[in-house]
Amino acid sequence: MTLQEAKFEYLLRLGDSSLIIGHRLSEWCGHGPILEEDIALINIALDFVGNATSLLEYAGKVEGKGRNEDDLAFMRGEREYRNLLITEQPNGDYANTIARQFLFDAHMFFLYEELKNSKDETIAAIAVKSHKEITYHLRHTSQWMLRLGDGTAESHTRLQNAVNELWMFTSELFDMDEVDAILIKEGIVPDLTKVKAAWEKQVNEVFAEATLTVPETKFKQKGSKEGKHSEHLGFLLAEMQYVHRSFPDAKW
Amino acid sequence: MPITFSKDEIFKLLSEIPDPEIPVINIIELGILREVKFIDDECVVVITPTYTGCPAMKVIEDDIKIKLKEIGIEKVKVELVLTPAWTTDWISDEAKEKLRAYGIAPPDHSSVDKKVLLGKARDLKCPLCGSKRTEMISQFGSTACKALYRCLDCKEPFDYFKCL
Repeated sequence: MTLQEAKFEYLLRLGDSSLIIGHRLSEWCGHGPILEEDIALINIALDFVGNATSLLEYAGKVEGKGRNEDDLAFMRGEREYRNLLITEQPNGDYANTIARQFLFDAHMFFLYEELKNSKDETIAAIAVKSHKEITYHLRHTSQWMLRLGDGTAESHTRLQNAVNELWMFTSELFDMDEVDAILIKEGIVPDLTKVKAAWEKQVNEVFAEATLTVPETKFKQKGSKEGKHSEHLGFLLAEMQYVHRSFPDAKW
Repeated sequence: MPITFSKDEIFKLLSEIPDPEIPVINIIELGILREVKFIDDECVVVITPTYTGCPAMKVIEDDIKIKLKEIGIEKVKVELVLTPAWTTDWISDEAKEKLRAYGIAPPDHSSVDKKVLLGKARDLKCPLCGSKRTEMISQFGSTACKALYRCLDCKEPFDYFKCL
């Protein structure tokens, strides 16, 4: 695998994860439990879609085949998507959404902190910009983890169940393969061992304060790096891509 | 056709473009307009987003093109840059005053703001009555760049332009 191919692949992984979680959050638009939360989730969704736009635009340039961010977002199928499995999981109830978001935000916070030092200028610029926004996201979801976890018996049970269900998708956040190895050598991306340690510390602290138990399950789900997804992604893409595929040359 | 205007003149002209979401301040005061370059007969305008997903960027790009077309500059390229990342510290004091008068609490310097958002400081002034007895309702307000607050004295809710 060449450096260029590795970089393209890595940018897809980052960009797709942001795009898919952004799309999931946007599904809450008009359905939030309270108005402030509806607005908050859509603000966060917007940040993610903006971040995905920058990453996929750059991915297209790196690939050099003339594909832009829209081509990459709307004209690729499920097996070509590289987003982490946790990002495509359904919204469920509010505890599910908050748990998914918190686990992912914490990962993104520490990952982008490292990517700020990337030797690739564009990746570093995107990371600096996005990290400022992620800081707000993580603060928001951390507060909700405390509120639900250390709230009523009902909210605690729901959040603990949500965490238990999602836990099997968390080990994939730190998996590394040939793509990572090539880019780590060039100082473009970080070794995820360090990111994992910071993530575990943060998650353990918030869980302790929120009176949540860290699940003991050792079962791991993976596959996103090879485009193997859970059954949920196809439905999401069908909805997200329908208009663009029906009218591929339409201009606003 | 070569461009006969100076860069200062272009800046002055573009200072007439308001931010689409906060119309009391213009794109220069907000720190979005970064640079104007002339490359042959093309005018290149460099802008930076406040937030990566800010939907106002497209509107601002169109506004710039329309404005320049008015003075006969047809070849315009609007470039989006992310470095250096936009910060609220670039908003001028004069513009902050305009925000306050408009009913939006302006951002503090980013070092002060961290404490405000973590709830450790309570020195955010209500832009309507000036009281310092205020509390946060939500970290996310009507746009990505604002948080929602309320004043405990005059009871009015208000937007706070959060630091970035």
